[in-house]
Amino acid sequence: MANLLWLQSGGCGGCTMSLLNAESPDLLTRLEAAGIELLWHPSLSEETGSEVHALLQRILEGELALDFLCLEGAVLQGPQGTGRFHLLGGTGIPMMEWVRQLAEKARYTLAIGSCAAYGGMTSAGINPSEATGLQYEGELPGGLLGSEYRAHSGLPVINVAGCPTHPEWVLETLMELVWDAPDRQRYDAWQRPRLYTDSLVHHGCARNEYYEYKASAEQLGQQGCMMEHLGCLGTQAHADCNTRPWNGQGSCIQGGYPCINCTAPEFEEPRSTFLETPKLAGIPVGLPRDMPKAWFVALASLSKAATPQRLRDNAVAEQLIYPPTIKHKKNN
Amino acid sequence: MSRILLGPINRVEGDLDISLELDGSVIREARVNSTLYRGFEQLLVGKPALDALVYAPRICGICSVSQSQASALALAEALQLEAPANGELCRNLMLANESLADLLTHFYLFFMPDFARADYSSASWYPQIARRFQAIKGEAAKTVLPARAQFLHILGLLGGKWPHTLSLQPGGSSKPVRPQERLQLLTLLRSFRNFLEKETFAAPLERINALSSPQELAAWEAEESWQTGDLRTFLHLSRELRLDQLGRGYDHFLSYGNFSLQGQKLLPAGTWNLQEGYQPLDTNAIAEDVSHAWLEEEPARHPRQGSTRPVVEKDEAYSWCKAPRLDGQVMETGALARALVAGQPLLTALVREQGGSVHTRVLARLLELARLLPEMEHWAAALQPEQPFAVHAEEMGSGEGAGLMEAARGSLGHWLRLEKGRITHYQIVAPTTWNFSPRDSQQQPGALEKALAGTQVEDPGRDSVRVQHILRSFDPCMVCTVH
Repeated sequence: MANLLWLQSGGCGGCTMSLLNAESPDLLTRLEAAGIELLWHPSLSEETGSEVHALLQRILEGELALDFLCLEGAVLQGPQGTGRFHLLGGTGIPMMEWVRQLAEKARYTLAIGSCAAYGGMTSAGINPSEATGLQYEGELPGGLLGSEYRAHSGLPVINVAGCPTHPEWVLETLMELVWDAPDRQRYDAWQRPRLYTDSLVHHGCARNEYYEYKASAEQLGQQGCMMEHLGCLGTQAHADCNTRPWNGQGSCIQGGYPCINCTAPEFEEPRSTFLETPKLAGIPVGLPRDMPKAWFVALASLSKAATPQRLRDNAVAEQLIYPPTIKHKKNN
Repeated sequence: MSRILLGPINRVEGDLDISLELDGSVIREARVNSTLYRGFEQLLVGKPALDALVYAPRICGICSVSQSQASALALAEALQLEAPANGELCRNLMLANESLADLLTHFYLFFMPDFARADYSSASWYPQIARRFQAIKGEAAKTVLPARAQFLHILGLLGGKWPHTLSLQPGGSSKPVRPQERLQLLTLLRSFRNFLEKETFAAPLERINALSSPQELAAWEAEESWQTGDLRTFLHLSRELRLDQLGRGYDHFLSYGNFSLQGQKLLPAGTWNLQEGYQPLDTNAIAEDVSHAWLEEEPARHPRQGSTRPVVEKDEAYSWCKAPRLDGQVMETGALARALVAGQPLLTALVREQGGSVHTRVLARLLELARLLPEMEHWAAALQPEQPFAVHAEEMGSGEGAGLMEAARGSLGHWLRLEKGRITHYQIVAPTTWNFSPRDSQQQPGALEKALAGTQVEDPGRDSVRVQHILRSFDPCMVCTVH
């Protein structure tokens, strides 16, 4: 058995709500299968108030070895570095301090969601609460714990980024750590589990035919590809949202909204707006990472010229105008 | 006189502590401190208008669609957009999906597990309650979690994902529903109806909705044993523990009304109190007082004019939460308020007898589940896949808008101003801001503070389970409260 302590700080609680969406099997069965015992989780556990203080004390005093420390939500350092924007209820002590001390005791430290990983949404705009991630502040290494920090396993903070994060991303990351020896190679350059970041959101996108022909939507709700005009970052975003559905069958793109690349640091501050593709001389600035620009432009103009009317018209309509043509065998 | 500090108070989250002043074992006064400040109202300023719908849901991962809906309604007013019928139906379906899942989660995962605590181990009903409702280990959670997850497939279908759904837009929904998807919606709704009729009510929803007086409820309850259906179980426990005597507040209730369809709201807006019953709502009478919040001092202002500027030290302050008032009056909001404002006969009769209490608040939530699911079935059936789902603004200009609606926990309002397509003002008043507000400049305690005062605790030296029942009867959502 491995134990797990889940704390929440400067976030919205959405990663927990997302975790409760785990299915086939459900969350409790999954934890049981992974051999994980919840020491405390704010939304699920019976213990409250003084019972929680006692538990935290036992960990800090070394009476209870802590396997997984999961933090959901950004670390709030404000106002003026005091951490008073979030005190752990009943203790008068900034959550920032609790997290710093508990991280020293943990075998693995996990940042659950993009806020805990990089500051995320909570650090948007003027970053009113001086929010930071556990080991990054946006793209900048450091954060609360510093880039040298290692949990007892030898691993740095594992960033299960996403806004929210997918229930399976959390559960599989935990399960892998329970079952296999810790291995730095299983995490990408942003310390995210490669279990889900070796894919692009583009993979499995239901609009792929529109992408191939550069048949683009001009307004939300239209069926075409959203990369050219509507700011979709699916070709650059590391996650498996379109091959591993959300809530049974969805993804942001399936919901008619462009991918905002929520697994990446600083996604909360797009270049212009979330709904516009920044362009230079009519060409999108953010092309697929590993595609030479000249080739992209050449292929795009070729495919645009070849776009069937079916796709050109469907792309700018909410409803299907032309279904695919049915081919008959010649002799029928 | 003694003083105790409770916290972290969990389920949903833990960003709450309560300081109690006790006279022997009776609470003389309570101070409720919302311990988390993030500053969404500040970070939204300067953002492009429609990007509000990326930030707003992230105010709260628990009522994220509600935040989107409030933001979308405010933007629609500012941009003068009117969603087509399909767009309104989809937004209503998404909102109801989130809210009903929330009502369910509150009852099974946040509220009932307190009765499975060892504090009650000598009660005759304890073994069965512990087996069914114990946190994490109880059998109810094992059936509720899959039912809840499957019910939320509606949001997967209509919004791509939940929480932080992006398809709610001022002009409707960005997700047109195809004919086969409409059928899937009807199927998912039927499946959730089956769950409620089997586990929660042990009765057809229409039977529950027809119960129109305390006598009819009692007669229905007596038809079967108290273990038959979780509503009966709750009624039994509530009677045994006198939950109707626990947690009485001011008995002034507020609802902004909800679920608009072509200019008509399914649930009406208004206020309700014991003396005058229903009264129309004047939203201009809303003002937020910051006298006891760590915020720069200013006179109580309507959210159209209000601001949010945190300060490090302030003598009177003990919370990050502002104190919203309606014409100076503390208001309670939530499922009970919605039912009273709508004139629901059973709950109106109960509140006339016993006031707002732990009993009536929790009962109102369960009854709302039964009330709204059939409406969702009507909305899904009414979708017309060949018709438009959204209209779009020609350009993002300047304007002002308010989005007032009901989240599961009560009245939620967003007030915003746009200039040349950018947000120049954004204020949010969330349901738990109303319910868990600190004192105001008149020294009036907030709704929970009032509901706690006068409560007898079991053992002043320990965390009181009765206090837990009272505060969870409001279903606090702390991330929303201060935002």
